[in-house]
Order: sequence, then structure tokens, then C-alpha cells
Amino acid sequence: MVVAWLLIAVPRALAIDPIELEEPALQERYRDLTHELRCMQCQNQSIADSPVGLAGDLRREVRELLLAGKTDAEIRNHMRERYGDFILFRPQFSSRNAWLWLTPLLLLLIGLGAAVRVIRRRAALAPTDHSLHDEPSGDSAPPDGSAS
Amino acid sequence: MTRFLLPAGVFALLVTVLFIGVQRAPEKTVIPSALIGKSAPAFVLPVLGSAEQFSAASMRGRWYVLNVWGTWCPECRNEHETLLEIARSRALPVIGLNWKDEDGAALEWLEQLGNPYDVVAVDREGRVAIDWGVYGAPETFLVDASGTVVYRHVGPLDPQTWSREFLGRLPRGAIGGGS
Repeated sequence: MVVAWLLIAVPRALAIDPIELEEPALQERYRDLTHELRCMQCQNQSIADSPVGLAGDLRREVRELLLAGKTDAEIRNHMRERYGDFILFRPQFSSRNAWLWLTPLLLLLIGLGAAVRVIRRRAALAPTDHSLHDEPSGDSAPPDGSAS
Repeated sequence: MTRFLLPAGVFALLVTVLFIGVQRAPEKTVIPSALIGKSAPAFVLPVLGSAEQFSAASMRGRWYVLNVWGTWCPECRNEHETLLEIARSRALPVIGLNWKDEDGAALEWLEQLGNPYDVVAVDREGRVAIDWGVYGAPETFLVDASGTVVYRHVGPLDPQTWSREFLGRLPRGAIGGGS
């Protein structure tokens, strides 16, 4: 029983951010938001996972905005106005990063186009092969023999 | 012939893109400020070592520099000599933002190393720093007479950076604060 309690209690006590908001719905949004905002100092961690002071300050900011009744989009935008797109782990589409979003699509279209061309070319070859197979000893000239 | 031309072209394009990327790699380590071209965030904070308050709005009509520092920041010590030189040149007012620091330690630091600041605002809780998009110290902002953020430098200042990136952006006549 004690062991079971420790298993639950210890990870919580060791967590970077032990704070819990009273309202479960807000706590859930708080957890989600802090996991998708980047800690600008230790750039591959979210502010939920980072022990540095600035991450703590940003968590406090998120908390206060949540309690003030701001929506998730408003909070993300609040952070973005101050720290730029870089603070969002899931950056939004904008005119500045449009090419980044669209390049994969463009490459996919080029690839599809190339694939279609290759398949068409192969398909055009197939009947000729087939006819040669049917008449292995046929003495009739190949269809384009007279052209060359 | 064309069946080699296309892949070679794609390869050349790739090489060009990657080469430009590598060339520009050093500047990618610094995150550009989201505030450039926008209004400098307003704030009112206590003045270090005094009962007065400092309001950023009082700088309207003058170009100024906002330097974010703390005694816990080793790079701030490295740039201190440059800040003193800037202060001696009287080129622009230098506002200090003492970020998440102890007043006692900050006052001692200024007494020992010299005080390059016209005024030091105390941001003990780090709220104003967040409004300015600060992610480390030192950071130095250049703000124009209309209150617009013109430039941000991340990391310690040196005289070359000062004259190129800060003085270089000033219009004629702005030196001396224009007051």
C-alpha cells in the first residue's frame, strides 16, 4: 500500500512543475499549452519540461492568462507576439513560412507526375513485348522496322 | 542528354540551397526578435536603489538603449566595459533592466564595476522581460524616438557591434538624445 502510494506520489513530487490548477478543465488546458510552448533557453524542451527560471516565468504567464479567461488561441498568440513563431512547437501557417509548408506538397506533385510519365511509357512498351512473345518464330518485321 | 540534365539541375539547386544555409548558419543561432518594427512594450518599474518609479513612456521623443542584465549572468560582466564606454560617449541614454536579480547584489555590482546606466529598472519577477521577448541575458534593444523597437542584440555587446548595429541605425542628429 505504501509502495503503491510512493509510486504515484514520488513522480509528482519530482516533476518540474508541481503546480496544479484547481479546476480540472483548466489544468488539462494548462498541461497541453505548456507542452506545446518551447523553452527559449533550452530550445529542445517545452516549458513544461524545463527547470530553468524563464520556463517557470512563462508557465506562470500561461496560468495567469488561463485564469483570466483567455482562450488557447489567445494564449498562443500572446506568446507568439513576444517570442515569434519559434516558441510554438506547432507553428501556424503564415506568409513567411508558407514555402516551408508547401514545398513537400510540390515535391509530392513532381514525384507523382514523374511516376505517371514512367508508368505510361512502360505501358506503351508492353503490347510490343507481348506480340513478340506470341510469335517467337514469326518472320514478319517489327512494326517500326520499315521506318528505320 | 536530357535524362542527365534534369537530375544534375536538381542536384545543383540542392547544393546551392544547402550552401546558403551553411553560410548563414551563425546568424541562425540567434532567434530574431518578434518586436522589431513594433511598439516597445510599456512598463512602470521601481528604480534600483530608490523609491522612485521608472516609466518607459518617459523616453518618448528620444532614441534609447535598453540593456537587460543580472549579476547572475557572466556574459553581462564581459560586456560591462563596452557599456561604460557607451555611457562615456554620451551617444544615447542607456536604460538598464535588472532581470530577476537581488537589489543588493545589483547595487554592489554597479559600485564595483561602475554604473553605465542613466536609470536601472528592477524587474524582479521577470514579467517585463517576457513582454520584451527576452530569452537570455544580456540582451540589448534599440528604440527610436517614436517608441518603436529598431534592433535587438543577443549576447554581450562589443564596440564593433555597437557602432555597426546601433550607431549605424541612428539618423543624423539623434546622437545625444535630442533633448
